[in-house]
Amino acid sequence: MRTPPCLLSLTLDSAVLNLSNITDLSPLPDHILIELFLRTLRAGKLTERVLKLFIATGKDEVFSLIQALNIQVTVNPVLPTSKCLPIKDDEIDIVIGALNFDLTSFMNVWRPIFSRFHLTIVKDPDLKEELKIPEGFNLDVYKEPDIDRVVGTSTSIIFSGYACRYFGYLVSRKKYIISMDDDCLPAKDNKGFLVDAVAQHITNLTTPATPFFFNTLYDHFTEGADFVRGYPFSLRNGVTCALSCGLWHNLADFDAPTQALKPEERNSLYVDAVLTVPARTLMPISGINIAFNRDLVGPALLPCFRLATEGKFRWETMEDIWSGMCVKVICDHLGLGVKTGLPYVWRNDRGDAIASLRKEWEGVKMMEEAVPFFQSVRLPQEATTAEDCVIEVANAVKEKLGSKDPVFAHTAKAMLDWVKLWKSVGGSSSSPGA
Amino acid sequence: MATVSPTPLLKDELDIVIPTIRNLDFLEMWRPFFQPYHLIIVQDGDPSKAIKVPEGFDYELYNRNDINRILGPKASCISFKDSACRCFGYMISKKKYIYTIDDDCFVAKDPSGKDINALEQHIKNLLCPSTPFFFNTLYDPYRDGADFVRGYPFSLREGVPTAVSHGLWLNIPDYDAPTQLVKPLERNKRYVDAIMTIPKGTLFPMCGMNLAFNRELIGPAMYFGLMGDGQPIGRYDDMWAGWCTKVICDHLGLGVKTGLPYIWHSKASNPFVNLKKEYKGIYWQEELIPFFQSVTLTKDCTTVQKCYIEISKQVKAKLGKVDDYFNKLADAMVTWIEAWDELNPSAAKSAELPNGATK
Repeated sequence: MRTPPCLLSLTLDSAVLNLSNITDLSPLPDHILIELFLRTLRAGKLTERVLKLFIATGKDEVFSLIQALNIQVTVNPVLPTSKCLPIKDDEIDIVIGALNFDLTSFMNVWRPIFSRFHLTIVKDPDLKEELKIPEGFNLDVYKEPDIDRVVGTSTSIIFSGYACRYFGYLVSRKKYIISMDDDCLPAKDNKGFLVDAVAQHITNLTTPATPFFFNTLYDHFTEGADFVRGYPFSLRNGVTCALSCGLWHNLADFDAPTQALKPEERNSLYVDAVLTVPARTLMPISGINIAFNRDLVGPALLPCFRLATEGKFRWETMEDIWSGMCVKVICDHLGLGVKTGLPYVWRNDRGDAIASLRKEWEGVKMMEEAVPFFQSVRLPQEATTAEDCVIEVANAVKEKLGSKDPVFAHTAKAMLDWVKLWKSVGGSSSSPGA
Repeated sequence: MATVSPTPLLKDELDIVIPTIRNLDFLEMWRPFFQPYHLIIVQDGDPSKAIKVPEGFDYELYNRNDINRILGPKASCISFKDSACRCFGYMISKKKYIYTIDDDCFVAKDPSGKDINALEQHIKNLLCPSTPFFFNTLYDPYRDGADFVRGYPFSLREGVPTAVSHGLWLNIPDYDAPTQLVKPLERNKRYVDAIMTIPKGTLFPMCGMNLAFNRELIGPAMYFGLMGDGQPIGRYDDMWAGWCTKVICDHLGLGVKTGLPYIWHSKASNPFVNLKKEYKGIYWQEELIPFFQSVTLTKDCTTVQKCYIEISKQVKAKLGKVDDYFNKLADAMVTWIEAWDELNPSAAKSAELPNGATK
């Protein structure tokens, strides 16, 4: 048998129902006042007037509670944390580096998702055939002559292969860029629905990241999740997310040795989470399915690390991994966030891991030098923009890695060239970090 | 199809520690998974009350009288009237692994509808290396169907030993009181099919509801603090242990994993009661987090105990001025280590680990 509620409890409930008739709460003892406050909150009746009533009592515990719960008297409606900033379609650019000349099936399968947006397509200068692109898209296409015209010949940067997409980053004037390889298709989520990768990337970029403390329920802005007990309140606002890294079904982004060892391995796991990569933690950022805030970190994504035997399969490149570590270090320095997880894309089977193995060992070897370097690089306080940060990293690369391998020395130079290029061609300089 | 080797039961190497104040009926649901194991039940509250343990379980039970008898004056470090008392179970255990679970946690189902054997998953997590030095974007690389991604340095692919496996909860999420008050109806329905290593240098809120650890590697760090009766704070026991543990794991080069397995958390505690308990913690954690983020342990802190004593010194020096509670807590931390070493004499020597990477 349930114990009936006590008289005090009934009184408090009645008070909550009759708040509109109460004009003065100061006669109430502290503990009753607090209980009333909490019940009011729970009943959803904490209006501005009622809040002022509680504040007028002048009791410390009330102020403490208000502070702890971050209650603010605000004229503007408070948006629920699950909604992200409204983004206009014309703030988004989808940049595709075309390594295959026939983009017909690629574009058609993405049409329901891509057709709203502007697209920038950059043709790999090494591709001989003419590009085949279906009708009905709002796009700009850039080819070798365009690249030569804009960039000139005095730069050390080579925009061929997977690096061609960076030209698209350079000339785009949109705030948000989403980029994926031309052998990716929409994936399905665990309910069987097609994933709108663009929408997910935009959600990631327009909701805060939380790099300073790990939330065990992952992304707090998702429906049904929040910060867990023990998560400091002062860190719950988060920081701006500058980079969103998606994942891949089917052919995951493994390196050649791994895929060669497990030739049948295909990724079918759908991990339904987005998480912020903690500050000072590095990870391999794959360029296959990526999005970023061009205003904040545009120059930090750079086509500068080129293996001597770089090829036309992802197994034969490390350019995005190098670029990714630069971006992460720079984001950490500027107080920006990097997220990883959703969305998934489906990656077509392509290439032969064993054949690539002969070429790729060089990149694998160089990671052993690159990773400790990035883990220890420190940027000065005066570097407040992405351009400044890239220059600092480039100088550090030259100093610490330049003598270990000519590729590093060349990379350092290319990074400085990239910043120059960005400053002259990339439009206004990027905004100082948050 | 590749043959998957069965997960070893470890039934002679693992103890299940359960704090309780009422009854252990929930064990009936866990029987298929827990019955092979030895249970250590730590009875909180009134020691004269008889706790009924379902038939067929092999267990030892300790109430407050037992704790006082065994530890003598050192019993002061074990909380009363708070589930923090469970750490007595860690101390008294003689096994290599500990799994601890709350008495309102039940077996959850995975998306296919199958019952989740949480203990088996924790064992897998503990027996598999962690990768704290570089984040793998496909999460646990040792899992079937996953691996290290392109760009992951080969020299880091061996990983480090896993000290802690932190599981999650479906249904009632582990929210703090203010969040519970604002979202009383929120339920965690999302099954995130991943296990991941929490990177070195990153702190997290460790929940004691569904937790497993390697007692030999990290046991002495799992002190759940001074909570409950006579203390100004509650519901920060596991948080405190988690922050100490993570700092020590980072220093000694051990791994902490979070993610699977899920259990089903059935009972939402009273948010008003919780708010009273957590009230001070909500403020204090703003000081505690910068403290833990800046704790430095020197090269000669080569054992968990040495690290822990060093942290207790820094707690006294830096947090004593936040509140006198931290002076008491620092003393209790030392008492805990003394009691641990007394009850685990050979462990004090064998816990010497080769020094992990220091900052």
